[in-house]
Amino acid sequence: MNTLFDRIGRTFLRLFEQTGLWFDALWRTIAWMFRPPYDVGEWFRQMVRVGVDSIPVVFLTTMFTGMVMSLQVHQGFARVHAEQFVASVVALAMLRELSPVLVGLMVTGRVGSSMAAEIGTMRVTEQLDALKALATEPIQYLFVPRVLAGVIMLPFLCILGDALGIYGGYLVSVKLMNTNPVIYKQNTFQFLQLNDVWVGLIKSSVFGLILTLTGCVRGYYTTGGAEGVGRATTYAVVSASLIILLSDFFLTKLLF
Amino acid sequence: MPIISLQNLWKSFDRRQVLQDMSIDVEQGESLVIVGGSGTGKSVTLKHIIGLLKPDKGRVVIDGQDLATLKEVELNQFRRRFGMSFQEGALFDSMSVFENIAFPLRRHTKMTEKEIRERVHECLEDVHLHNVVRKRPSELSGGMRRRVGFARAISLKPEILLFDEPTTGLDPVISDVIAELIEEMDVKLGTTTVTITHDMKVAFKIADRVAMLYQGHIIEQGTPEEFQRSKNPIVEQFIEGRAQGPLTDD
Repeated sequence: MNTLFDRIGRTFLRLFEQTGLWFDALWRTIAWMFRPPYDVGEWFRQMVRVGVDSIPVVFLTTMFTGMVMSLQVHQGFARVHAEQFVASVVALAMLRELSPVLVGLMVTGRVGSSMAAEIGTMRVTEQLDALKALATEPIQYLFVPRVLAGVIMLPFLCILGDALGIYGGYLVSVKLMNTNPVIYKQNTFQFLQLNDVWVGLIKSSVFGLILTLTGCVRGYYTTGGAEGVGRATTYAVVSASLIILLSDFFLTKLLF
Repeated sequence: MPIISLQNLWKSFDRRQVLQDMSIDVEQGESLVIVGGSGTGKSVTLKHIIGLLKPDKGRVVIDGQDLATLKEVELNQFRRRFGMSFQEGALFDSMSVFENIAFPLRRHTKMTEKEIRERVHECLEDVHLHNVVRKRPSELSGGMRRRVGFARAISLKPEILLFDEPTTGLDPVISDVIAELIEEMDVKLGTTTVTITHDMKVAFKIADRVAMLYQGHIIEQGTPEEFQRSKNPIVEQFIEGRAQGPLTDD
């Protein structure tokens, strides 16, 4: 029994510790962001890494999700003769929910993991100590460009995901289900509000912060050589994905 | 006044006490070598000097400045006075040799690209390396990586140079080359040098003073000659590299 309580206690302590480290890193990242020197070149390099290099994976994921969504909703709505609402549902779902979450999760798998592995390897090979010894704060040199890239580039990927998802839905409905293309287009935009776009963009920006900072923090506190780097990478993906999914609910509630 | 003064340092990791009331001073322009067995806290001592670690108790005073009183940003600025070479070089593997050495120059000076190029080549000449500027750290041998690490450490012309196990894992010939290089840089640059090693041959070659760290504190120190004449059984066993003695009885 003692062991059980012991384990539960330790789990909670670890959780609080990790949460503390995360918010401490967030605070320090914000503080170092406004201090010179500004590594503008590195900022752009990370933006390309997070944004441009993620386009193929975002393209496939959101396009096919839009197509599946259209197919499924069409099947369901046909039972109550409400096929005309398929376009609106696909557009709303993509803009408010699916595109930000899918982009967030996919970029977590692609970029968050590689950030944790990269910084974790730097930790175990003393490169982080070398950075400090060279009067360079790792938070400023490593965290700031990555977190900025996540916060700035995820909304752009989200816009791309929105467009591709809606277009995927359009393709399936028009080409496979023989929906009138003009009516589909009209219905897509009929019930949309500007707020729907903003909700998705704000969410994706927050997800960008979560996935990059989690990757950086997990890498920064890596211990134990190659095995530790592997563990940090796995934890980075799992914890960032969980935080994204949990915060999605609260953000939706907040921004509804 | 000593340029480096470690005063009664205590440091533990989890429940393991590494430094216990450790004190030592280093005079300006002196070359101090700290020797000791594996896990005795040599690297920990070096990391305290440059502020990479904070002591649980005690003070680290550099040129009259207590490091504990410095804020994060100030400590960062303060580190420009140091050059540190790490055990395996700790070169940034995403950069070429040139970029590694140019890194501190680009960040902390207003030098033009031409000046940076010249300074990088000057540093590489100081460590007797040629035709490696375009190479990646992974393409270099262990000895070359250490030397590039030295070149990076001296690029900002620091007042204090720290060497963490500069010859570990290298063959005896390359170890001697590295020792000569440290000696040469010490004379040429006139810096204060602190080296940690367990290679006694290297220690005697480069040191003005040798100190031995054992169980978290300094148990013996003196010039290489004095150190070699020490009657402390622990020091004797360490210098001779004997398997039997007080070091292995613990």
